[in-house]
Amino acid sequence: MGILKLVGKRLVLSVFVLFGLSILIFLISRVLPGDPVRMALGPRAPEWAVQNMREQMHLDKPLYAQYYYWLSGALRGDLGQSLFTRRAVVDDIKEFLPATMELVLFAGVIMAVFGILLGAVAGRYSNTWVDNSVRIFSYVGVVTPSFVFAILFLLLFGYVLRWFPTAGRLSPGITRPQVITGMVTLDALVTGNFAALGDALWHMVLPAVSLALGGMAQEARITRSTISDNLRKDYIAAAKGFGIPERFVTLKYLLKPSLIPTVSILGLDFASLLGNAFLVELIFNWPGFSRYGINAMLRKDLNAVSAVVMVLGVVFVIVNILVDLVVAGLDPRIRLGAERGK
Amino acid sequence: MTGALLHVQGLKVEFKVYEGVLKVLNGVQMVVHEGERMGLVGEAGCGKTTTMKCVLRILPSPPGKITAGQILFHGRDVLKMTFHQVQRVRGRGIAMIFQDPTAALNPVFTIGDQLMSVIKYGSRDSLGAREVRSRAVAVLHEVQLPDPERILTNYPIQLSGGMRQRVCIAMALSTEPELLIADEPTTSLDVTIQDQILRLLNALVERRSTSVIFITHSLGVVREMADRVYVMYAGSIIESAAKEELFSNPLHPYTQGLMRAVPKLTGGGIAEGIPGRIPDYLNPPAGCRFQPRCPHAWARCVNEVPTLHEVGQGHEVACFRFQEQ
Ligand SMILES: Nc1ncnc2c1ncn2[C@@H]1O[C@H](COP(=O)(O)OP(=O)(O)OP(=O)(O)O)[C@@H](O)[C@H]1O
Ligand code: SF4
Ligand SMILES: [Mg+2]
Repeated sequence: MGILKLVGKRLVLSVFVLFGLSILIFLISRVLPGDPVRMALGPRAPEWAVQNMREQMHLDKPLYAQYYYWLSGALRGDLGQSLFTRRAVVDDIKEFLPATMELVLFAGVIMAVFGILLGAVAGRYSNTWVDNSVRIFSYVGVVTPSFVFAILFLLLFGYVLRWFPTAGRLSPGITRPQVITGMVTLDALVTGNFAALGDALWHMVLPAVSLALGGMAQEARITRSTISDNLRKDYIAAAKGFGIPERFVTLKYLLKPSLIPTVSILGLDFASLLGNAFLVELIFNWPGFSRYGINAMLRKDLNAVSAVVMVLGVVFVIVNILVDLVVAGLDPRIRLGAERGK
Repeated sequence: MTGALLHVQGLKVEFKVYEGVLKVLNGVQMVVHEGERMGLVGEAGCGKTTTMKCVLRILPSPPGKITAGQILFHGRDVLKMTFHQVQRVRGRGIAMIFQDPTAALNPVFTIGDQLMSVIKYGSRDSLGAREVRSRAVAVLHEVQLPDPERILTNYPIQLSGGMRQRVCIAMALSTEPELLIADEPTTSLDVTIQDQILRLLNALVERRSTSVIFITHSLGVVREMADRVYVMYAGSIIESAAKEELFSNPLHPYTQGLMRAVPKLTGGGIAEGIPGRIPDYLNPPAGCRFQPRCPHAWARCVNEVPTLHEVGQGHEVACFRFQEQ
């Protein structure tokens, strides 16, 4: 019961957040200098053609009316047309978003699993050489932007050692599996095309790892300090003192409370994965949503810009609700608090 | 000292902290015989909890480190045991009730989960899931908690402080230990509940004739709960005697100060009657650690550390005034 209420509250809040975000991005994209229609049609297009298109896109109306048109379309699932691809923005998103989500989800899994693992080991064996190595890794990981890792990995593992491919999602000889979700690995898995699955994963390793390292370092640091703090707690001493085997105490009674802070910041780290994907996709020539977004902004492709921002907003909101759910699952104090509050 | 259930000898413990090394325990000596109810008194920070955590080998390390000593349980040194052997001393051999029940219960697991783990792993007999559960209900009933079935499904935050301490008492008794350590089990509770908990604990211990180490700030409580009393100061035992003997004939200047300081009605803090404070563990006095506060100190007390000496029938004191050269 507590959980449902919590999700309900978060959902209502998210609607407001997304509504606010839509107004903000709508205004910002329209205040930027430059006439989008002129930019789309080129300097030599006749004035009447420009005028026509403006009217077609309601750009001749006042801002609030424009927003009204945009919002009523968006609520019906129509995000307008791109000024450049001349396609429905929704179709563009369908084409480009899965590639990014695939990359970012893969990076997210690497980040969470290895971050927690490294942190847990470092915390359990604090002030040993293991802990010190993890600490050095964390410092490097936290201060280095992911595009630097991307370039280094590309050069070292891609060009010098040639262990991994340097660009794209699949090797030339591999047939792309039938599109179901648009995520190559998932589609390959569903259709049983294991050659494509292996190849796609192999292509994802370098970009995903460069993306994941920063967040991984963050997760490792937090997990390490919670674990080594909690190791000194009386409830751990008590559990051991009653004769519960130490390994069982560590894996159950120490790990669960220690994961709460780590999971709480996973949402933020995931958001930064999405942000950093912009440059990493560029470096690995990954045909993703982030590249589409950059181009949209440079060309002042109004509807595309709004759509990109809104989609990222929705992803962010969903991830955060999921994170809240996991945290509530781990921590009864939050579940029960939600129950007691209104 | 044959026949002793627990025999702590020369126990030294240090804590490594940012400022340096805290030399806290300074050779603790202590004997508990089977069936004995032992009271351990001493002001805040003198090392009572630290000593007991060593006995169960649950002192967090880092920062804590045992640098010397032996802890014999049934004649075998706990500090030299393998993990497996220690585990069989814990629970069924020795169980501990912590000072602060809120800190001693894991906040993210139900009472049932924690209590049943204790029963499953801490008991002598290997029990099936159903027996574990029924024993959990029975022991919650025994500590007079209403509706044990519901309490099993509760998380610690859903219980009051007094109920949490009852749960901890239930845990400690559920494994039928030979020796029960009760570490100031009432200090973190409301005054109104303290008395209830003490009476409950006393009744349970009496019924089982368990050996007990009862730790407290209050000499009043010691008078009720103990047969024999150990007085601790700044990391060592400075006097021990049977209860009547200690109360009628306290010898160590610190113990005498304590007696004078006993508040007439309530039995609160104990440090007021003695001027000065417990020494800084970073740089403790080289000789007798009580020397800076002692009205009788002389040159010898500055340079030499007094050790426990028997001065009468079962009456030991660590003070040069009662020791011929
Ligand atoms: N985890 C720790 N880190 C650093 N120092 C510690 C730690 N635990 C205990 N100490 C030191 O050891 C001393 C004794 O602590 P301990 O908890 O054993 O005292 P106590 O006699 O149980 O006091 P109280 O009556 O307040 O419970 C403290 O003064 C403190 O300086
Ligand atoms: S040994 Fe000396 S300083 Fe210590 S209590 Fe006895 S008289 Fe006082
Ligand atoms: Mg204590």
